[in-house]
Amino acid sequence: MNEIGLEHLLIVSTCLFFIGIYGFLTRRNMITMLMSVELILNSVNINFIAFNKYLFPDKLDGVFFTVFIITIAAAEAAVAIAIIINLYRHYKSIDVNDAEKMRF
Amino acid sequence: MTNLSILILIPLLTALAVLMGRNAIQIRFVALIGSVIQLLAGIALLFSYLAERAAGNTAQMLFEYRCSWYSALNIEYYVGVDGISIAMILLTAVVVVAGILISWNMQTLNKEFFFLIVLLSLGAYGFFISLDLFTLFFFLELAVIPKYLLIGIWGSGNKEYSAMKLALMLMGGSALVLVGILATYFNTNIGNGVHTFDLIKISQISIPVQTQMYIFPLLFVGFGVFTALFPFHTWAPDGHSSAPTAASMFLAGISMKLGGYGCLRVATYLMPEAAHQYSWVIVLLATAAIIYGAFATLMQKDLKYMNAYSSVSHCGFVLLGIGMLTKTAIIGAVIQMVSHGLMTALFFGSIGMLYERTHTRQVAQLGGLLKTLPFLSTVFIIAGLCSLGLPGFSGFVAEMTVFMGAWQRPELFNRIATILACASIVVTAVYILRAAGKSVMGPIANEQFKNVTDARWTEKLASILLIVAILSIGFAPFWIIDLIDVDTQLIMENIGRGLSSN
Amino acid sequence: MIDSTYILLIPLLPFLSFLLIGLLGRTYFPKQCSIIGTLSLFASFVISLVVAYQYFFQIGQVNGIYQKITAFKMVWLQFSPNISIDMGILLDPISVMMLLVVTFISFMIHVYSMGYMHGDPRISVFYSFLSLFTFSMLGLVISTNIFQIYIFWELVGISSFLLIGYYYEKPSAVAASKKAFIVTRFADLGFLVGILILSFQSETLDFQTLIERLTTDTEYLNSATTASFFGFSALTWGLTLVFAGGAGKSAMLPFHIWLPDAMEGPTPVSALIHAATMVVAGVYLVARLFPVFSISAPEALNIVAYVGAFSSLFAAIIACTQTDIKRVLAYSTMSQIGFMMFALGVSGYGGEEGLGYTASMFHLFTHAMFKALLFLCAGAVIHYVHSNEMNDMGGLRKLMPVTHITFLIACLAITGIPPFSGFFSKEEILLAAYHSNKLIFAMGILTAALTAFYMFRLYFTIFWSKPFKSHQAETAHHGEAPGTMLLPLIILAFFAAITGLIRFGKYVSSDGAALISELHVDFSIAPVLIALLGIGIAYYLYKKENDTPQKLATGLSGFYKAAYGKFYIDELYLFITKGIVFNLVGRPIAWFDKNIVDGGINLSASTVGYISETIKKFQSGKVQDYAIYFFAATIGFVLLFIYLWS
Repeated sequence: MNEIGLEHLLIVSTCLFFIGIYGFLTRRNMITMLMSVELILNSVNINFIAFNKYLFPDKLDGVFFTVFIITIAAAEAAVAIAIIINLYRHYKSIDVNDAEKMRF
Repeated sequence: MTNLSILILIPLLTALAVLMGRNAIQIRFVALIGSVIQLLAGIALLFSYLAERAAGNTAQMLFEYRCSWYSALNIEYYVGVDGISIAMILLTAVVVVAGILISWNMQTLNKEFFFLIVLLSLGAYGFFISLDLFTLFFFLELAVIPKYLLIGIWGSGNKEYSAMKLALMLMGGSALVLVGILATYFNTNIGNGVHTFDLIKISQISIPVQTQMYIFPLLFVGFGVFTALFPFHTWAPDGHSSAPTAASMFLAGISMKLGGYGCLRVATYLMPEAAHQYSWVIVLLATAAIIYGAFATLMQKDLKYMNAYSSVSHCGFVLLGIGMLTKTAIIGAVIQMVSHGLMTALFFGSIGMLYERTHTRQVAQLGGLLKTLPFLSTVFIIAGLCSLGLPGFSGFVAEMTVFMGAWQRPELFNRIATILACASIVVTAVYILRAAGKSVMGPIANEQFKNVTDARWTEKLASILLIVAILSIGFAPFWIIDLIDVDTQLIMENIGRGLSSN
Repeated sequence: MIDSTYILLIPLLPFLSFLLIGLLGRTYFPKQCSIIGTLSLFASFVISLVVAYQYFFQIGQVNGIYQKITAFKMVWLQFSPNISIDMGILLDPISVMMLLVVTFISFMIHVYSMGYMHGDPRISVFYSFLSLFTFSMLGLVISTNIFQIYIFWELVGISSFLLIGYYYEKPSAVAASKKAFIVTRFADLGFLVGILILSFQSETLDFQTLIERLTTDTEYLNSATTASFFGFSALTWGLTLVFAGGAGKSAMLPFHIWLPDAMEGPTPVSALIHAATMVVAGVYLVARLFPVFSISAPEALNIVAYVGAFSSLFAAIIACTQTDIKRVLAYSTMSQIGFMMFALGVSGYGGEEGLGYTASMFHLFTHAMFKALLFLCAGAVIHYVHSNEMNDMGGLRKLMPVTHITFLIACLAITGIPPFSGFFSKEEILLAAYHSNKLIFAMGILTAALTAFYMFRLYFTIFWSKPFKSHQAETAHHGEAPGTMLLPLIILAFFAAITGLIRFGKYVSSDGAALISELHVDFSIAPVLIALLGIGIAYYLYKKENDTPQKLATGLSGFYKAAYGKFYIDELYLFITKGIVFNLVGRPIAWFDKNIVDGGINLSASTVGYISETIKKFQSGKVQDYAIYFFAATIGFVLLFIYLWS
């Protein structure tokens, strides 16, 4: 019982995922939204690691993907922040609702 | 051996040359010379065709040429002509020359205008010589797009609306055609699961009647939209009236014939059994178009609207001829296509020329033009007389052939349809004479009409060219009958197969 | 066989002159147009004379029967192996007779027009149209093929349209020309359908084959007479419809309304087209198909007889009340054509029975002479007075002596006073009617009396009555018309006086054999007396200006008004066309097209537009909205897959 099992990790990652989703859908601040996205990504990372460790201990695919995602997330954060800065220059705000004119 | 691809190459080169032209004069002459060469090529084709036939060549298609285009789907560039397509090619060539001559004094965007006109004719030529359904469809599309631009840019009145309506309705028609063609394609198993777009090969395969029954309406209605099949005709009045003169001439003279030709060559020819089953529907719609178009014309006040509705009525004769499925009627339908193409081009041309001088197309505002514009008014009257089917002009020959052919069907229903179609020539006389009586005869309606100048040389040349073409059919119909008789016979054998298997 | 090539020249010469004058005349030689036209017509006339001589006296007769000779034939339009439109020349007694009449009258009119139209700036146009008309009419009479006759039928229609509308700046002329063309076109619809029926039944369009098959060939005849539609056989329907076309051209009831209006055209045109030649085309058509009418479809022939007789009487009554001299003459034309029609209608085929046929053709022949003469005289009078109204005339006999005498001869001829030409032909007609149908005979006699009355009413009003009040501008006016106008008058008057003496039956009869008809003096007394009575009444009423006619008109006020208003047939037509065709058919269709059909198309377009507008709202531009849709959709799919798998 005191051993931390797969279920525990999945529960943590699920919580993290929904916190991320909640944050992404409700926050109007783009930086916060970006942070929420990071949360979602990290929840996925936890899943990968957990499955790798508990189900296929003799393989490293999950770890690979995690490293991959961390790298992509870094790049993505850079791009996202660049976009946010550009929007800020344009709208003088980082509120996501101010950018709705970009639809069509 | 004649190479048919020349007929596509000449307009292509002309179009490119037009793009390289430096000033308006150059562009016009390039376009004119190109189209005249094309006309001469068409006439040469006519004679080499007649020579081949005289030499005893009874192949269905002459001067065939094929090369694979996309072999995975068995799409080929496959061309060939018979008398019917030659008649259509000549019609196109004459109308193109006349159209270019009439738009000689185009003011804006000369280069683009003539480029599009030549491109449009390229589509038409390609359509008439294609024997591969896919190539045929390709050229059909090519002939639609330029119209949108021609009307949208150089048009008058409510041109954006008209251009959009025309393009959408014609596109809708060609979408149906595409579906029909694909359905046909997938029903042609020529061994090992290989399908073909080859028109001639398909005609020799018998597609199951049940399959035909759903493919035929797609093809017929699809092409029917082009030829203003009731009730899909409403693009015609708006489109024609907004289009610049040359574009109206093309639209009515050539483009509506694409549909008639397609109905005959693709729909009826490939699906003979279904054509017999649906004969009564076609006859019904055609008669409706004839009568309805005639009465609708009666109520028009704008000359271009009038001619557009009368085109609906006249194209009804084409469909009636095809729908009756007798040899004489089909010959009549082909002659009517040629005749209507020439006549309506002349009519639209003369209306355009009158409009250029009087700045109105309202019948009520015109009057007495015969006095100040004797040449143009005479052209107008001649076009009108041809339209009302006066002997000596081509319209008479075409209509009478359709009537004689239609009367060979002894069923009461077809008889009544024929009589109604005959009755429409009375209504035609009424609206033509009303328009002519008010607009060119009578007292001069407006002081300004006294200061107008009669036709320029290009306009005279264009009118005379068309009138000579009309008279050559009207006075000596035997040559055109000789041209299309053999090929109609061959088509009839296929259609007759449909009748015997029923 | 006659060497056929030169016969072709008869119609071709006018055609060439039409092309020459029409295309080049106006620009290059406006002054010479009339000469060119007249000369070509003269040449045609001479050739026709030669043809007539050869036909009647040298080669036409075989064993005493005049043959039908196809002198020339070419296939013009092949419909199917055995049905084709041929262009050709058919020579038989009536076509040769018509060739003579048409070329002769047309030549006279060409000469006359040189004076009448002198100084008109569009004279080249006038002559080219005249040539076109003559060509078409000649083509019509020599037709070998029923479709050939239809083709030229339409062509004479259009030349008539062009000539009536010659003064195109006058709205009334334009209206009249339109009316003439449209009414006849409507009747031609019947003709066309009739041709279709006949060609279907006989499987040919060629006259000779058609007549042969539909009179003697039992196989064709049986199928044609048994196929019944509304109680009549196909043949009866076909012939009746063909007759409808003929009635349209010949201004029979109910298609007569265009003829009086057609008088808007120049007077020589009225003389040529609307009196002597084109309007008898209907009679000619019935005569052409006469064997079929007579042998195979007597019901159709009965229709011809009654329509003819009734039109004849009807027109005569109206003619008594009109005051425009050309209109009086127009109605009289209609009435005389009615005579010809019912003469055909009461006739039988062959031998003595065929008297009506001969009489009809005879009357056609004599009528062409005296009616053309009447119109030309009227033209001379109008030329002088510058008015068509009878009231503006009077006392012209001293001012226009030649016109006066020739007019009188024509009046006597049309009234049927011996020995003028009309007497002989009219007596034959009445005799034929007497032997066949007493009712029609009675109508004929009554019409003859009315004819005498209105013609002499016209004569007395123009040439006697009150003295002529010359307009102030007319004081310097020359007295009589120029020579080019008088010459045709004199020539025609000569022929109007003597042509009755020709033994017409010897040449023209229903079956080609000579028909020797005696002059029945005892029979003729009554009609002549009745005609004299008519003249007497006219003399009493109109010799001197007085108010008796006025009183008479008031006395018969209702009837007079109706007749003066032409029995309101025009109004009826106007109601049908304007009220019914335009308002109840045309307008609803135009409305339907604009609102339902086009509206449907626009509706489909706007539906698409509406749908896309609606869908467009989902693309709000708010990133979080998209995220919600995305998330919701993902969850939806997950649930769906779970559901599907379980």
